[in-house]
Amino acid sequence: MAAVTMRLPVARKAVVPSAPRGGEKHLVAPGDTITTDTGYMRGHGTYVEEEKLIASVAGAVERVNKLVCVKALKTRYNGEVGDIVVGRITEVQQKRWKVETNSRLDSVLLLSSMNLPGGELRRRSAEDELAMRDYLQEGDLISAEVQSVFSDGAVSLHTRSLKYGKLGQGVLVQVSPSLVKRQKTHFHDLPCGASVILGNNGFIWIYPTPEQKDEEAGGFTTNLEPVPLSDREVISRLRNCIVALVTQQLMLFDTSILYCYEASLPHQIKDILKPEVMEEIVLETRQRLLDLEG
Amino acid sequence: MASVVLSEAEKLYIVHGVQEDLRVDGRGCEDYRCAEVETDVVSNTSGSARVKLGHTDVLVGVKAEMGTPKLEKPDEGYLEFFVDCSANATPEFEGRGGEELGTEIANTLYRVFSSESSVDLKLLCINPREHCWVLYVDVLLLECGGNLLDAISIAVKAALFNTRIPKVRVLEDEEGSKEIELSDDPYDCIRLNVDDVPCIVTLSKIGYRHVVDATLQEEACSLASLLISVTSKGALTSMKKVGKGSLDPESIFEMMETGKRVGKSLHIALQKILEEEESLGTSRQKVGFLG
Repeated sequence: MAAVTMRLPVARKAVVPSAPRGGEKHLVAPGDTITTDTGYMRGHGTYVEEEKLIASVAGAVERVNKLVCVKALKTRYNGEVGDIVVGRITEVQQKRWKVETNSRLDSVLLLSSMNLPGGELRRRSAEDELAMRDYLQEGDLISAEVQSVFSDGAVSLHTRSLKYGKLGQGVLVQVSPSLVKRQKTHFHDLPCGASVILGNNGFIWIYPTPEQKDEEAGGFTTNLEPVPLSDREVISRLRNCIVALVTQQLMLFDTSILYCYEASLPHQIKDILKPEVMEEIVLETRQRLLDLEG
Repeated sequence: MASVVLSEAEKLYIVHGVQEDLRVDGRGCEDYRCAEVETDVVSNTSGSARVKLGHTDVLVGVKAEMGTPKLEKPDEGYLEFFVDCSANATPEFEGRGGEELGTEIANTLYRVFSSESSVDLKLLCINPREHCWVLYVDVLLLECGGNLLDAISIAVKAALFNTRIPKVRVLEDEEGSKEIELSDDPYDCIRLNVDDVPCIVTLSKIGYRHVVDATLQEEACSLASLLISVTSKGALTSMKKVGKGSLDPESIFEMMETGKRVGKSLHIALQKILEEEESLGTSRQKVGFLG
């Protein structure tokens, strides 16, 4: 039975901020004066004009001793060493791959930073260079860690651990990088039956939890068996919950995603994307998160 | 057309999901995404509509101008379509990149509206062989999120429903020169009957099944699609196959049946929303683009 729903557009309601907690953020828009005190050093996102410190991007002001900078809310991903990212291969070049990670420049994955199956400390030979496309092709998704950042801001990645590597079957959701909370670990096995990788660059990868944990593949042989329907339902529901959280501008971390999943259980999976259901679910999630804090 | 690159495993996941009637966002194979329709968004047109279908955003404006009828149809007006793929949608449309897609969509629209029963063109005639109304339908693509033609056809129908053409009379002088008189009342206008205007339903073949309202990711997994235009009574007015893959004649029949079924539901939903909007009248709060 076909289901077609149409509706009239509704103006977006301003989200009423919940009870103010300590440490309110000072939000500025481009052109707003941050301070007229000349004793501060200006950091990223600010400039000085007529002895006033003015913001050049829209975001929250951060003060570290004498340094004032503005951290933009909507921006491309800026790499930091140690971040986990999920990226898509765009080019295969000599001895390296170019990876798209939603940053200003394509990231780089050197052949020497990649785990080759069958041994880690092997010197990369010319045959390895010719066989690069057998490992990673254009369009493949990988999970990797940031090794270093070049002077122009481009990021160099490495997959020198068994938990990184080529990703298999699953669903990718692209969100703004500022909505992914920095945590100790970004690989989560959620109790609802699926696993999630929260890339710092805003790429969220949802996939069925693999049964064996000690695969030595490191991710090169992808499992091409069909995923069972029950796992698919969990993955679709998680995907819709993440989209709902992002639309309502809530930070993404394992607890918020889990609470949102539990709040969405009474509804059908495809109904989660309806505006009124989205609001209701996210409100409940926000309430539970506040209760957890306070 | 804007397209995304997917890995082989992602494509396999999508194909297997469609087999089991559970797509990535939880929809079934015959479900549409939630659509937002608003008419009368552009003030200097005779009629306009904006349709948002997921991430696909389309704006249609209809301008009515006086012109001379075509030689082979002297007592009818006509419609002219123009499609502009704005660079806002994807960087591929920068400069002249969107021209090819725009002409292809415009040709499809001409074909869909070529049937005589879709719009009553005799209504658009003022003086046979001399004056008639020409409706210039301009389509602007603001965002490409998959399933462009369905969204465009919904928007065109809504815009035609919203079009108000002023009533004119042509007076003849003693010397034989003609004068066109516009009625004094600005609300005195003719409306078009859009009951028989068809809507396009795109059916994309993915694996062994077909889906309606494909997203960009699903379009990347489908090799062949069938575009059919259906009226509200379920009659097929035109059909076109797109894509580099092949379609089995049996699957074409199945897709046609699905398309007719889905098309009827589409028309019912659209008619309901247009009447609801009309009934709100002047008290309706216009959301527009800054909502």
